[in-house]
Amino acid sequence: MSDLLEIQGLSKAYDVRNHAVDNISITLPRGKIIGLLGPNGSGKTTLIKMITGLLKPDAGEIRICGEEIGPQTKARVAYLPDRTYLSGGETIEGILNYFQDFYSDFSKESAEEMLKNLGIDTDVKLKTLSKGNKEKVQLILVMSRKADMYLLDEPIAGVDPAARDYILRTIINNYNPEATVLISTHLISDIEQVLDEVIFMRRGKLVLYTSVDNIREKHGKSVDAYFREVFAC
Amino acid sequence: MEWNLEEGRPIYAQLVELIQMRIAAGQYAPGEKLPSVRELAAEAAVNPNTMQRAFAELERSGLIVTQRTNGRTVTEDEDRIREVRKRLAETHVREFFARMRSLGYSVSDIRDFVREYSEEGET
Repeated sequence: MSDLLEIQGLSKAYDVRNHAVDNISITLPRGKIIGLLGPNGSGKTTLIKMITGLLKPDAGEIRICGEEIGPQTKARVAYLPDRTYLSGGETIEGILNYFQDFYSDFSKESAEEMLKNLGIDTDVKLKTLSKGNKEKVQLILVMSRKADMYLLDEPIAGVDPAARDYILRTIINNYNPEATVLISTHLISDIEQVLDEVIFMRRGKLVLYTSVDNIREKHGKSVDAYFREVFAC
Repeated sequence: MEWNLEEGRPIYAQLVELIQMRIAAGQYAPGEKLPSVRELAAEAAVNPNTMQRAFAELERSGLIVTQRTNGRTVTEDEDRIREVRKRLAETHVREFFARMRSLGYSVSDIRDFVREYSEEGET
Protein backbone atom coordinates (compact mmCIF):
# COMPACT_ATOMS: atom_id res chain seq x y z
CA MET A 1 0.00 0.00 0.00
CA SER A 2 1.22 3.51 -0.75
CA ASP A 3 2.48 5.80 1.98
CA LEU A 4 -0.12 7.90 3.72
CA LEU A 5 1.73 11.17 4.08
CA GLU A 6 4.67 12.41 2.05
CA ILE A 7 6.35 15.69 2.89
CA GLN A 8 9.21 17.11 0.79
CA GLY A 9 11.34 20.14 1.64
CA LEU A 10 8.58 21.82 3.61
CA SER A 11 9.25 25.32 4.98
CA LYS A 12 7.21 28.07 6.57
CA ALA A 13 8.37 31.36 8.08
CA TYR A 14 6.24 33.94 9.88
CA ASP A 15 9.06 36.46 9.56
CA VAL A 16 12.17 36.51 7.41
CA ARG A 17 14.66 35.39 10.02
CA ASN A 18 12.62 32.80 11.90
CA HIS A 19 11.60 29.61 10.19
CA ALA A 20 8.74 27.96 12.11
CA VAL A 21 9.20 24.90 9.89
CA ASP A 22 12.55 24.57 8.17
CA ASN A 23 13.02 22.21 5.23
CA ILE A 24 11.27 19.13 6.60
CA SER A 25 11.03 15.92 4.59
CA ILE A 26 9.32 12.86 6.02
CA THR A 27 7.14 9.96 4.89
CA LEU A 28 4.58 8.39 7.23
CA PRO A 29 2.99 4.95 6.68
CA ARG A 30 -0.55 3.83 7.50
CA GLY A 31 -1.55 2.02 10.66
CA LYS A 32 0.65 3.87 13.14
CA ILE A 33 0.17 6.06 16.19
CA ILE A 34 2.96 8.62 15.99
CA GLY A 35 4.05 11.23 18.51
CA LEU A 36 5.13 14.64 17.26
CA LEU A 37 7.39 15.80 20.05
CA GLY A 38 9.29 19.00 20.62
CA PRO A 39 9.61 21.90 23.04
CA ASN A 40 7.25 24.85 22.77
CA GLY A 41 7.93 26.82 19.63
CA SER A 42 9.57 23.94 17.76
CA GLY A 43 7.05 24.11 14.91
CA LYS A 44 4.67 21.25 15.76
CA THR A 45 1.45 23.22 15.36
CA THR A 46 2.68 24.97 12.21
CA LEU A 47 3.50 21.59 10.66
CA ILE A 48 0.09 20.19 11.59
CA LYS A 49 -1.72 23.26 10.23
CA MET A 50 0.07 22.88 6.90
CA ILE A 51 -1.00 19.22 6.69
CA THR A 52 -4.61 20.25 7.35
CA GLY A 53 -4.37 22.95 4.68
CA LEU A 54 -5.06 25.78 7.12
CA LEU A 55 -1.63 27.26 6.45
CA LYS A 56 0.13 27.50 3.12
CA PRO A 57 3.79 26.46 2.98
CA ASP A 58 6.40 28.93 1.68
CA ALA A 59 8.18 26.04 0.00
CA GLY A 60 7.93 22.31 -0.36
CA GLU A 61 5.23 19.77 -0.97
CA ILE A 62 2.71 17.74 1.04
CA ARG A 63 0.84 14.75 -0.35
CA ILE A 64 -1.80 12.71 1.44
CA CYS A 65 -2.64 9.39 -0.24
CA GLY A 66 -0.73 10.75 -3.24
CA GLU A 67 -2.81 13.93 -3.54
CA GLU A 68 -1.81 17.54 -3.02
CA ILE A 69 -3.52 19.44 -0.21
CA GLY A 70 -7.03 20.41 -1.32
CA PRO A 71 -10.67 19.51 -0.79
CA GLN A 72 -9.98 15.78 -1.33
CA THR A 73 -7.24 15.61 1.29
CA LYS A 74 -9.26 17.73 3.74
CA ALA A 75 -12.03 15.14 3.53
CA ARG A 76 -9.51 12.47 4.59
CA VAL A 77 -7.99 14.36 7.52
CA ALA A 78 -9.60 14.63 10.97
CA TYR A 79 -8.11 17.47 12.98
CA LEU A 80 -8.27 18.25 16.69
CA PRO A 81 -6.91 21.80 17.04
CA ASP A 82 -5.02 23.02 20.08
CA ARG A 83 -7.78 25.57 20.64
CA THR A 84 -11.47 24.91 20.25
CA TYR A 85 -13.38 26.29 17.29
CA LEU A 86 -16.80 25.04 18.46
CA SER A 87 -19.41 27.43 19.77
CA GLY A 88 -20.00 26.98 23.50
CA GLY A 89 -23.61 28.13 23.12
CA GLU A 90 -24.44 25.17 20.88
CA THR A 91 -25.85 21.94 22.33
CA ILE A 92 -23.85 18.71 21.92
CA GLU A 93 -26.72 17.40 19.76
CA GLY A 94 -26.42 20.49 17.54
CA ILE A 95 -22.67 19.96 17.18
CA LEU A 96 -23.21 16.27 16.30
CA ASN A 97 -25.63 17.30 13.55
CA TYR A 98 -23.19 19.91 12.34
CA PHE A 99 -20.45 17.26 12.06
CA GLN A 100 -22.82 14.89 10.28
CA ASP A 101 -23.71 17.55 7.71
CA PHE A 102 -20.12 18.59 7.27
CA TYR A 103 -18.24 15.27 7.12
CA SER A 104 -19.55 12.34 5.10
CA ASP A 105 -17.26 9.99 7.07
CA PHE A 106 -18.70 11.02 10.47
CA SER A 107 -20.57 8.33 12.41
CA LYS A 108 -23.11 9.99 14.69
CA GLU A 109 -23.98 6.60 16.23
CA SER A 110 -20.38 5.99 17.22
CA ALA A 111 -20.10 9.46 18.79
CA GLU A 112 -23.41 9.05 20.62
CA GLU A 113 -22.34 5.71 22.02
CA MET A 114 -19.04 7.10 23.32
CA LEU A 115 -20.86 10.10 24.86
CA LYS A 116 -23.38 7.79 26.47
CA ASN A 117 -20.60 5.67 27.99
CA LEU A 118 -19.25 8.85 29.52
CA GLY A 119 -22.66 9.85 30.82
CA ILE A 120 -22.62 13.11 28.86
CA ASP A 121 -26.11 14.35 28.03
CA THR A 122 -26.36 15.55 24.41
CA ASP A 123 -29.07 18.11 25.23
CA VAL A 124 -26.74 20.34 27.21
CA LYS A 125 -24.71 23.22 25.84
CA LEU A 126 -20.98 22.65 25.31
CA LYS A 127 -20.05 25.55 27.60
CA THR A 128 -21.72 23.88 30.61
CA LEU A 129 -19.18 21.01 30.54
CA SER A 130 -15.98 20.87 32.59
CA LYS A 131 -12.69 21.45 30.80
CA GLY A 132 -11.91 17.72 30.87
CA ASN A 133 -15.31 16.81 29.43
CA LYS A 134 -15.02 19.48 26.73
CA GLU A 135 -11.72 17.95 25.65
CA LYS A 136 -13.30 14.48 25.64
CA VAL A 137 -16.26 15.64 23.53
CA GLN A 138 -13.96 17.22 20.98
CA LEU A 139 -11.81 14.10 20.79
CA ILE A 140 -14.92 11.94 20.38
CA LEU A 141 -16.09 14.14 17.49
CA VAL A 142 -12.74 13.80 15.73
CA MET A 143 -12.33 10.06 16.38
CA SER A 144 -15.89 9.35 15.17
CA ARG A 145 -14.82 10.26 11.66
CA LYS A 146 -13.50 7.45 9.50
CA ALA A 147 -10.51 9.42 8.27
CA ASP A 148 -7.17 8.27 6.84
CA MET A 149 -5.21 10.64 8.99
CA TYR A 150 -5.98 11.98 12.48
CA LEU A 151 -4.07 15.06 13.60
CA LEU A 152 -4.39 15.65 17.33
CA ASP A 153 -2.73 18.85 18.52
CA GLU A 154 -2.02 18.61 22.28
CA PRO A 155 -5.05 16.42 23.10
CA ILE A 156 -3.99 15.84 26.72
CA ALA A 157 -2.76 19.28 27.73
CA GLY A 158 -4.36 20.62 30.89
CA VAL A 159 -6.66 17.69 31.74
CA ASP A 160 -6.59 15.57 34.91
CA PRO A 161 -5.03 12.07 34.91
CA ALA A 162 -8.41 10.28 34.64
CA ALA A 163 -9.43 12.37 31.62
CA ARG A 164 -6.00 11.80 30.11
CA ASP A 165 -6.40 8.01 30.54
CA TYR A 166 -9.81 8.18 28.91
CA ILE A 167 -8.40 10.13 25.96
CA LEU A 168 -5.51 7.67 25.49
CA ARG A 169 -7.85 4.66 25.66
CA THR A 170 -10.19 6.28 23.16
CA ILE A 171 -7.28 6.68 20.77
CA ILE A 172 -6.32 2.99 21.25
CA ASN A 173 -9.91 1.74 20.91
CA ASN A 174 -10.39 3.62 17.67
CA TYR A 175 -7.14 2.31 16.23
CA ASN A 176 -7.54 1.45 12.57
CA PRO A 177 -4.76 -0.33 10.64
CA GLU A 178 -5.60 1.73 7.53
CA ALA A 179 -5.22 5.08 9.25
CA THR A 180 -2.47 6.95 11.04
CA VAL A 181 -2.79 9.13 14.13
CA LEU A 182 -0.30 11.96 14.63
CA ILE A 183 -0.34 13.35 18.18
CA SER A 184 1.61 16.45 19.11
CA THR A 185 2.52 16.84 22.75
CA HIS A 186 5.20 17.87 25.17
CA LEU A 187 3.83 15.51 27.85
CA ILE A 188 5.82 12.54 26.61
CA SER A 189 5.86 10.23 29.62
CA ASP A 190 2.05 10.16 29.73
CA ILE A 191 1.73 9.06 26.17
CA GLU A 192 4.79 7.14 25.05
CA GLN A 193 3.45 3.62 25.62
CA VAL A 194 0.57 4.40 23.26
CA LEU A 195 2.93 5.39 20.45
CA ASP A 196 4.57 3.28 17.73
CA GLU A 197 6.94 5.95 16.59
CA VAL A 198 8.12 9.40 17.52
CA ILE A 199 9.21 12.46 15.59
CA PHE A 200 11.48 14.91 17.42
CA MET A 201 11.38 18.53 16.23
CA ARG A 202 13.64 21.39 17.24
CA ARG A 203 13.53 24.96 15.92
CA GLY A 204 11.51 23.91 12.91
CA LYS A 205 13.81 21.06 11.95
CA LEU A 206 13.30 17.32 12.07
CA VAL A 207 15.80 15.88 14.57
CA LEU A 208 14.76 12.23 14.74
CA TYR A 209 12.13 9.83 13.43
CA THR A 210 12.24 6.35 15.00
CA SER A 211 10.20 3.82 16.97
CA VAL A 212 9.63 4.04 20.72
CA ASP A 213 11.07 0.57 21.31
CA ASN A 214 14.14 1.46 19.20
CA ILE A 215 14.96 4.31 21.55
CA ARG A 216 14.38 2.10 24.60
CA GLU A 217 16.48 -0.71 23.14
CA LYS A 218 19.33 1.47 21.91
CA HIS A 219 19.58 3.92 24.80
CA GLY A 220 18.15 1.88 27.71
CA LYS A 221 15.86 4.72 28.70
CA SER A 222 12.34 5.93 28.10
CA VAL A 223 11.55 8.29 25.22
CA ASP A 224 10.82 10.92 27.86
CA ALA A 225 14.27 10.55 29.46
CA TYR A 226 15.96 10.46 26.05
CA PHE A 227 14.04 13.56 24.94
CA ARG A 228 15.24 15.46 28.02
CA GLU A 229 18.79 14.46 27.18
CA VAL A 230 18.57 15.50 23.53
CA PHE A 231 16.88 18.80 24.34
CA ALA A 232 18.83 19.68 27.51
CA CYS A 233 19.73 23.36 27.49
CA MET B 1 -1.88 -8.91 37.70
CA GLU B 2 -1.33 -5.30 36.68
CA TRP B 3 0.33 -4.08 33.50
CA ASN B 4 3.21 -2.31 35.21
CA LEU B 5 5.70 -1.20 32.62
CA GLU B 6 9.22 -0.04 33.37
CA GLU B 7 10.75 3.04 31.82
CA GLY B 8 14.03 1.96 30.33
CA ARG B 9 13.23 -1.26 28.46
CA PRO B 10 11.42 -1.97 25.20
CA ILE B 11 7.66 -2.14 25.79
CA TYR B 12 7.05 -5.21 23.60
CA ALA B 13 9.62 -7.24 25.58
CA GLN B 14 7.89 -6.32 28.84
CA LEU B 15 4.50 -7.29 27.40
CA VAL B 16 5.96 -10.68 26.38
CA GLU B 17 7.14 -11.22 29.97
CA LEU B 18 3.85 -10.13 31.53
CA ILE B 19 1.80 -12.43 29.29
CA GLN B 20 4.26 -15.29 29.93
CA MET B 21 3.72 -14.72 33.66
CA ARG B 22 -0.04 -14.79 33.25
CA ILE B 23 0.19 -18.08 31.35
CA ALA B 24 2.71 -19.59 33.81
CA ALA B 25 0.50 -18.58 36.75
CA GLY B 26 -2.54 -20.14 35.11
CA GLN B 27 -4.42 -16.86 34.80
CA TYR B 28 -4.68 -17.81 31.13
CA ALA B 29 -5.19 -21.60 31.27
CA PRO B 30 -3.80 -24.13 28.76
CA GLY B 31 -5.98 -24.12 25.63
CA GLU B 32 -7.88 -21.00 26.75
CA LYS B 33 -8.82 -18.41 24.17
CA LEU B 34 -6.91 -15.18 24.67
CA PRO B 35 -8.47 -11.71 24.50
CA SER B 36 -7.92 -9.96 21.17
CA VAL B 37 -4.89 -7.77 20.54
CA ARG B 38 -7.14 -4.74 20.61
CA GLU B 39 -8.74 -5.67 23.96
CA LEU B 40 -5.42 -6.41 25.61
CA ALA B 41 -3.86 -3.23 24.17
CA ALA B 42 -6.73 -1.19 25.62
CA GLU B 43 -6.46 -2.99 28.98
CA ALA B 44 -2.73 -2.36 29.20
CA ALA B 45 -3.08 1.12 27.62
CA VAL B 46 -0.40 0.32 25.06
CA ASN B 47 -0.11 0.65 21.31
CA PRO B 48 -1.96 -2.17 19.47
CA ASN B 49 1.00 -2.75 17.12
CA THR B 50 3.28 -3.23 20.12
CA MET B 51 0.85 -5.77 21.61
CA GLN B 52 0.70 -7.48 18.22
CA ARG B 53 4.50 -7.71 18.20
CA ALA B 54 4.43 -9.31 21.68
CA PHE B 55 1.86 -11.86 20.48
CA ALA B 56 4.01 -12.68 17.45
CA GLU B 57 6.98 -13.29 19.75
CA LEU B 58 4.90 -15.57 22.01
CA GLU B 59 3.69 -17.46 18.97
CA ARG B 60 7.25 -17.97 17.77
CA SER B 61 8.18 -19.39 21.16
CA GLY B 62 5.20 -21.78 20.99
CA LEU B 63 3.43 -20.46 24.07
CA ILE B 64 0.41 -19.26 22.14
CA VAL B 65 -1.17 -20.76 19.06
CA THR B 66 -3.19 -19.10 16.32
CA GLN B 67 -6.09 -21.13 15.00
CA ARG B 68 -7.84 -20.00 11.89
CA THR B 69 -11.28 -20.56 13.34
CA ASN B 70 -10.78 -19.84 17.01
CA GLY B 71 -8.41 -16.90 17.22
CA ARG B 72 -5.44 -17.13 19.56
CA THR B 73 -5.28 -19.64 22.39
CA VAL B 74 -2.74 -20.60 25.02
CA THR B 75 -0.84 -23.75 24.01
CA GLU B 76 -2.18 -27.06 25.35
CA ASP B 77 1.39 -28.27 25.74
CA GLU B 78 1.62 -28.19 29.54
CA ASP B 79 5.28 -29.28 29.50
CA ARG B 80 6.07 -26.15 27.51
CA ILE B 81 4.21 -24.02 30.07
CA ARG B 82 6.01 -25.71 32.99
CA GLU B 83 9.30 -25.05 31.23
CA VAL B 84 8.52 -21.33 30.92
CA ARG B 85 7.33 -21.21 34.53
CA LYS B 86 10.59 -22.80 35.69
CA ARG B 87 12.65 -20.39 33.62
CA LEU B 88 10.78 -17.42 35.13
CA ALA B 89 11.36 -18.85 38.62
CA GLU B 90 15.07 -19.29 37.90
CA THR B 91 15.28 -15.69 36.76
CA HIS B 92 13.74 -14.52 40.04
CA VAL B 93 16.09 -16.67 42.10
CA ARG B 94 19.12 -15.47 40.14
CA GLU B 95 18.12 -11.83 40.64
CA PHE B 96 17.44 -12.44 44.34
CA PHE B 97 20.86 -14.04 44.81
CA ALA B 98 22.61 -11.26 42.90
CA ARG B 99 20.96 -8.60 45.11
CA MET B 100 21.73 -10.46 48.33
CA ARG B 101 25.36 -10.96 47.23
CA SER B 102 25.66 -7.27 46.46
CA LEU B 103 24.50 -6.58 50.03
CA GLY B 104 27.48 -8.66 51.15
CA TYR B 105 25.73 -11.90 52.21
CA SER B 106 27.40 -15.25 51.59
CA VAL B 107 25.55 -18.15 50.00
CA SER B 108 25.12 -19.87 53.36
CA ASP B 109 23.79 -16.60 54.89
CA ILE B 110 21.27 -16.43 52.08
CA ARG B 111 20.22 -20.05 52.71
CA ASP B 112 19.67 -19.24 56.39
CA PHE B 113 17.63 -16.21 55.43
CA VAL B 114 15.42 -18.21 53.11
CA ARG B 115 14.97 -20.98 55.69
CA GLU B 116 14.04 -18.51 58.45
CA TYR B 117 11.74 -16.56 56.20
CA SER B 118 9.88 -19.61 54.94
CA GLU B 119 9.50 -20.99 58.49
CA GLU B 120 8.07 -17.64 59.63
CA GLY B 121 5.71 -17.80 56.69
CA GLU B 122 4.38 -21.19 57.80
CA THR B 123 3.40 -20.15 61.31
